[in-house]
Amino acid sequence: MKIDEWIQKNTFHHSAFEDLDKLVKEKEKQNLKISLCIPTLNEEKTIGKEIVLFNSELVTRYPLLDEIAVIDSGSTDNTLEVAQSFGADTYLASDILSDLDNKKGKGENLWKAIYQLEGDIIVYIDADIKNIHPRFVYGLLAPLIYNKKTKYVKAFYDRPLAFSEGIRPSGGGRVTEILIRPLFSLFFPELSAIIQPLSGEYAVSREVLEKLSFPIGYGVETAHLLDIYREYGMDAFAQTDLDQRVHRNQETISLGKMSFGILQTFLNRMKSYGMMTDIPELSTMLRQFQAHDDVFESIEQEIIEEERPPMITIPEYLEKRGNK
Amino acid sequence: MKDKISDILESIPKMEENLREIRDVLLTNLVMLGEIPSLTFSEQARMNFLVNRFNQSNLLNCSTDEVGNGLGILPGKIGDRNILLVAHLDTEYDEKMDHTIAILPNSVSGAGVADNALGLAVLASLPYILEKLEIELNSSLILMGSARSLGAGNLEGIRFFLENTNLNISTGLSVEGVRLGRISRSSVGMAKCEVHYWVPEGYDWTQFGAFGSIVTLNEFINRILEIPIPTRPATSIVFSSIESGRGFSKVSTEAELKFEIQSESEEMVEQLLNKINNIAVEIAAKTSSKVMVKELARRKPGGIDFSHPLVLNTMKIMETMKIKPRFTPSMSELSAFIDAGIPALTVGISNLETANKVVETVEIEPMYKGLAQLISLLLAIDRGVCDEN
Repeated sequence: MKIDEWIQKNTFHHSAFEDLDKLVKEKEKQNLKISLCIPTLNEEKTIGKEIVLFNSELVTRYPLLDEIAVIDSGSTDNTLEVAQSFGADTYLASDILSDLDNKKGKGENLWKAIYQLEGDIIVYIDADIKNIHPRFVYGLLAPLIYNKKTKYVKAFYDRPLAFSEGIRPSGGGRVTEILIRPLFSLFFPELSAIIQPLSGEYAVSREVLEKLSFPIGYGVETAHLLDIYREYGMDAFAQTDLDQRVHRNQETISLGKMSFGILQTFLNRMKSYGMMTDIPELSTMLRQFQAHDDVFESIEQEIIEEERPPMITIPEYLEKRGNK
Repeated sequence: MKDKISDILESIPKMEENLREIRDVLLTNLVMLGEIPSLTFSEQARMNFLVNRFNQSNLLNCSTDEVGNGLGILPGKIGDRNILLVAHLDTEYDEKMDHTIAILPNSVSGAGVADNALGLAVLASLPYILEKLEIELNSSLILMGSARSLGAGNLEGIRFFLENTNLNISTGLSVEGVRLGRISRSSVGMAKCEVHYWVPEGYDWTQFGAFGSIVTLNEFINRILEIPIPTRPATSIVFSSIESGRGFSKVSTEAELKFEIQSESEEMVEQLLNKINNIAVEIAAKTSSKVMVKELARRKPGGIDFSHPLVLNTMKIMETMKIKPRFTPSMSELSAFIDAGIPALTVGISNLETANKVVETVEIEPMYKGLAQLISLLLAIDRGVCDEN
């Protein structure tokens, strides 16, 4: 399929799915269960609003969601208490599949959600979105519910910059435009049709999720796209414009760490796909600099992109799902 | 034998407790309405959301009118009287302002949350709340988000509705986000004005006293302060905002002052306004400046008596709920009800943690009391307890 044709057929605006009565009816017709997972680490300022809005609009008013769960990496603030006070199911990631060795990272929370939550579809929403709105959930779920070929729906956002004459650049953040898009364009040109490959909001069907291995750190979204593309092709993807997303900006030094982790994941995938055979052992040490007056201080940080295997290979998961 | 109000008062504690269950519905409406920018004269998006909510609640006649009010009617069992519940749709903030609202465990913060996203959220949630509480009124309840209320809007929305509706309104209630305990039963006379001085092109900067528009405006303010203000009828002049200048080393060429004259007497407002107009012109002549005095809004004084059953029963309800009544005059929608001769009150729903700040923080806990108070008052009006003999 040509990229332009794919974009035409698989790119939506959330407003196309505003009829929630219709969406809920279709969900019920298919007898689907849907879970919302919010991975958290110190998000006490924004988590309450997300839960209140989703509970009121997408559980009480329109029963689109069957459960809302917060999976936390060990917040030191009151994230879990706030989430509980507003009625969410809350879990510490380390308490789920607790016999396994403990790992920390957003990917770990997303992976454990597959075990803990019941939905046939899981929608993941980051907890730091200040302008949260029900569209963030229904905009991602609707393409999955209405089209059985679609397995994975990614969010993208309008990021208005100064523009004139009706043309404006629309794309991802700095890491997307400087790292991911050039890499995809070189090796997987069709995937460059995904406007914001790193956005933290997406909905995925369980049948796909349980077969994916999960980097627990920065590379999780990139790995998902590569693995699903390889297994199912572009037909499995859709993307929805959710308008603006207001969140805190990251410093460049943090984006450097993120890029380092993503590159590890990408290169490891290239190796496992047999697309690059002569890659030497990759270093896991990132060196960055910070300046104090005239002195440049070197900071070294080890970033290891560990991966969890597909959930379907975990005996406890098979037992839990098999007993149903 | 118990009177009609006693039944209502007895039901309040249970009602207050039950209202905790609708917290998420109220807070969601507060966020979703409050995050839609709604500057005076640009309220359409917020109005559309509100009317959509009315539609979802199956209200009748969900509609807008030519000035942009948003309306819906919850029909009563008998429908022999119409109660109009109103909250203004507009704010002072344009779309460039960050409208993001935050919900914390005990409070909600954001621009315009108290004035008046919370009042609107109550209107949007009320049909759902009444259904959950299994309350069905005999009277029809007209819910209205009023457009063009603030500043230069001059209550155009509510005035337009009251002048043009065929419905006979028996009682009016204006809902404001804050403060809980507020009872506004009267309106003071008011004139809201803007004075603009500017230096014309070709101004002679060498002449004596050529200091630019800031000094001119300062002279104007000093002269206003020299006007004797009576204590009876209670009168005051409030300087609200001032704007001038572009930075260092540049003499200002324009200056603007916004102020309000408030008085219990309409004649006093008129007299003061005339004096201030004369001062403005005199100073402009002395300094070779140009001046424009613009009257943005006017209110007549009036209201219902303290002894009106609507006031007395509201106090009884508050007393039962241990809410301390605060009597404050109002210049909002209440004035339009007064002008139309309709008995009306303004009540508040919650408390404000931060006063006079752009980002307003309102407490969640008092909202249950605020809602219980409003619903009890509706029941009292519905049962005729608040009628004058």
